[in-house]
Amino acid sequence: MQSSVEMNKITIGFGTNLVLKGVDLTVKGGQVTALLGANGAGKSTLIKVLSGLYPGHGGQIVIDGKTVELKTPSSAKKLGIQTVHQRIDEGVVPGLSVAENLLFEKIARNALGRVGSIRKIMPKALEVADALKLGWSEKFLRRDVYELGIADQQLLILARALIEEPKLLILDEPTSALSASEVENLMRVIREMRDGGVGVLYVSHRLGEIDTIADNLVVLRDGVIRGEQTKPFEWSTALGQMLGEGTMQEMQENVERRGTDSILEIKSLSLFQRSRPFSLSIRKAEVTGVIGLLGSGKTEIAQAIFGASKKRSGTMIFEGDPFSPKHPRDAIRKGVFMIPEDRASSSMFPSWSIAKTTSLPFLSQLSKGPNLGIGAEKSRASEIISDLQIVAQGPDQEVDSLSGGNQQKVVVGRWLKGQPKLLILDEPFRGVDIGARRVISLQARELAKSGAGVLVLTSEVDELLEIADRVIVLVDGEPRLDTYLSETSREEIVHEMSEVK
Amino acid sequence: MSNKTVAEKRAIFRVKSQDAIVKYGFIAVTIGLFSWFAITEETFRQPSTLFSMLKFTSVVAIVGLGVTFTMVVGGLDLSVGSIAGLGVTVSAMMMVIYNLTGIFSGIMVLVAGAVVGALNAVLIVWMKIPDLLATLGMMFIVMGLKLLPVDGQSVSSKMILRDGSVAPGKFTDGFLQIDRLKIWEIPFPVILWLVLTTIAWYMLTRTKYGRIMYAVGANPEAAKLSGIKIEWYRASAYVISGLFAATGGMILSSRIGQGDISAGNSLLLDAVAVALVGTSVLGAGKPNAWGTALGALLIGIVITGLTIKGFPYYAQDISKGLVLLLALVFSFTLSRKKARFVPAT
Repeated sequence: MQSSVEMNKITIGFGTNLVLKGVDLTVKGGQVTALLGANGAGKSTLIKVLSGLYPGHGGQIVIDGKTVELKTPSSAKKLGIQTVHQRIDEGVVPGLSVAENLLFEKIARNALGRVGSIRKIMPKALEVADALKLGWSEKFLRRDVYELGIADQQLLILARALIEEPKLLILDEPTSALSASEVENLMRVIREMRDGGVGVLYVSHRLGEIDTIADNLVVLRDGVIRGEQTKPFEWSTALGQMLGEGTMQEMQENVERRGTDSILEIKSLSLFQRSRPFSLSIRKAEVTGVIGLLGSGKTEIAQAIFGASKKRSGTMIFEGDPFSPKHPRDAIRKGVFMIPEDRASSSMFPSWSIAKTTSLPFLSQLSKGPNLGIGAEKSRASEIISDLQIVAQGPDQEVDSLSGGNQQKVVVGRWLKGQPKLLILDEPFRGVDIGARRVISLQARELAKSGAGVLVLTSEVDELLEIADRVIVLVDGEPRLDTYLSETSREEIVHEMSEVK
Repeated sequence: MSNKTVAEKRAIFRVKSQDAIVKYGFIAVTIGLFSWFAITEETFRQPSTLFSMLKFTSVVAIVGLGVTFTMVVGGLDLSVGSIAGLGVTVSAMMMVIYNLTGIFSGIMVLVAGAVVGALNAVLIVWMKIPDLLATLGMMFIVMGLKLLPVDGQSVSSKMILRDGSVAPGKFTDGFLQIDRLKIWEIPFPVILWLVLTTIAWYMLTRTKYGRIMYAVGANPEAAKLSGIKIEWYRASAYVISGLFAATGGMILSSRIGQGDISAGNSLLLDAVAVALVGTSVLGAGKPNAWGTALGALLIGIVITGLTIKGFPYYAQDISKGLVLLLALVFSFTLSRKKARFVPAT
């Protein structure tokens, strides 16, 4: 019999706010069902319900015709629901070997008897690795998980979930840290599981991946399923359902802008110990997009310009004057702002309001002597909320209670309002839904139009194409390609990024 | 959404009432205990008892205010008790042994507090020693060091000095007035407590400085990337803590009227406790000036009440511990943002 996991009218709320408003969703065994939704649609909450983290939800969950209750994470697992969460580092146990990690749940349950040494579990670990066709040798299984790359760690977590022979496997943004070839490998494993009869719920922002792997597609918006499709998918319909009406019409082609005057000259800067020094000029009135993979030196460029880390070598000239910021404060005073890549750890303060978060870098302007100008701060925040179409109750709402996309709008808005001369955006679209992404990229382009310099660092070609005028490909700390968008193509950019020299 | 069902309304009510408990529970407990003592004990409700309670609480409260500043920047100061004790010894030495004026002695006490605070800051901020360990080490050093110039003896007037002569000075009348003065029947230390709390509240909530202090404590990395030199703000918290602790020591010295070598030692745990209790007042969930004042007040009420009711002295420690745990229940166990069930519609 084909297994199935059925959700009927699932509801749950936090405080007085309903997040899921009656979700009906069935995932059949032997199929990959993709779940698409903007940030704040309720995807993570739905996943947590299915993982047994929210036992108090309303509605029913039916597995193979039987109504079940998911009271704890372990009861969800026992009933055959395994979840692979987005954060890989939270899934592996550092200090243990690959084999021990692989069999961790069995060891924790004492299912393998009292385990004394890695030698005792090795036969079982090899057997499991073979069954899943991972091609892992005994030597590999003995290594500490620390030594594994992120892709292997991802596979390890996946394998661990598969050992338990789940009926439903939930994958939450499984590819967010993987390179293209690693994604390919992951897709192969997912297909094998599906053919083995497992039902997969695949949660991702990446439409290309969903198109490759999924058999069905459901769209969640505002706590309700808005649409269902089977392959082949109608993407315009799906995106319409995901974003709500209206947002689609704003999507239009950018008019390419070319700046002439340089705002920042970087001279013989080297990003890594071994990388060759290079010079670069960032110009006013255009959006410079730097694309590179993880470790290509993107973040290092941003931090060097912003004074957030010591630069190894090289000099900079900003608006004709020597510029060597030793602390972000030096950069901010000159009008050079940076939006860092990790929003939660670098821009947000637990339970701070929008008003407080947005005013922090500009307190001097908003204060009268030592005293805070609380009124000025709030009206400034209200303007940011309306400028960036932030979905919030008002300037006093806490930033952590907003969805990811709206949080990012708050972070971007606070710097935009400070009238930057040069704005650096490091991975501005990470964990951001398409609607918010559109707003942010329009704002960045608007800023360039007004004559400021804008530098965007990203690792995704689609994002680059959406926001940039000028394109720089960065590989191993050195710029490879420097041209304008109209003079290059997606293929050329990808080719330059991937070519090994 | 106006079309809510009865079940939804009930769930919303439950959530709201839990928030109310977190927000007002602590104040309700304070008022409840106060009323209970006041109704059942004749002595407790006399103004003289209340003022003496406030007066004896003021020292802990003022030292606790300093601890509050270090907690705001995400640290803690364990050396406050020893700094207060240092203040007692320094003031006695200045006046009794060196025959200096009360005002000068008071200033020297504050200088001593600021210096120890600055040393704490250097250890924690620039030498990167964890705050608890650095201030613990500093606590022992100060406790021992202050005994060095007085040969480990309490300093009192007419004491015999090392060279056989009699100490020339005494606690000046002005200095003794710090603790004894009353303005409209209110003891001066209580007024000082109120004034300092108001100043600390204003600094922390209404000034740029205070906002930045909270930012540094909440997320130092994000504060740095907002252009804040976090080192200086963290350092300032320890200097302020030293100043408040020294002020507490000054009141204590004026109260005892001699340089008691063990004075201040018991203040540490009480001061840290009231600052911690303060984090739960009004559901603030963060260290704050009025919270610390109210925390000190509650502990003062409990101790005074129990003493009048004839409980043995060790009941004080038990009750302090219970008050602290109760406060932590309010801010952790009953805290918001946990998943709450709203039934299906």
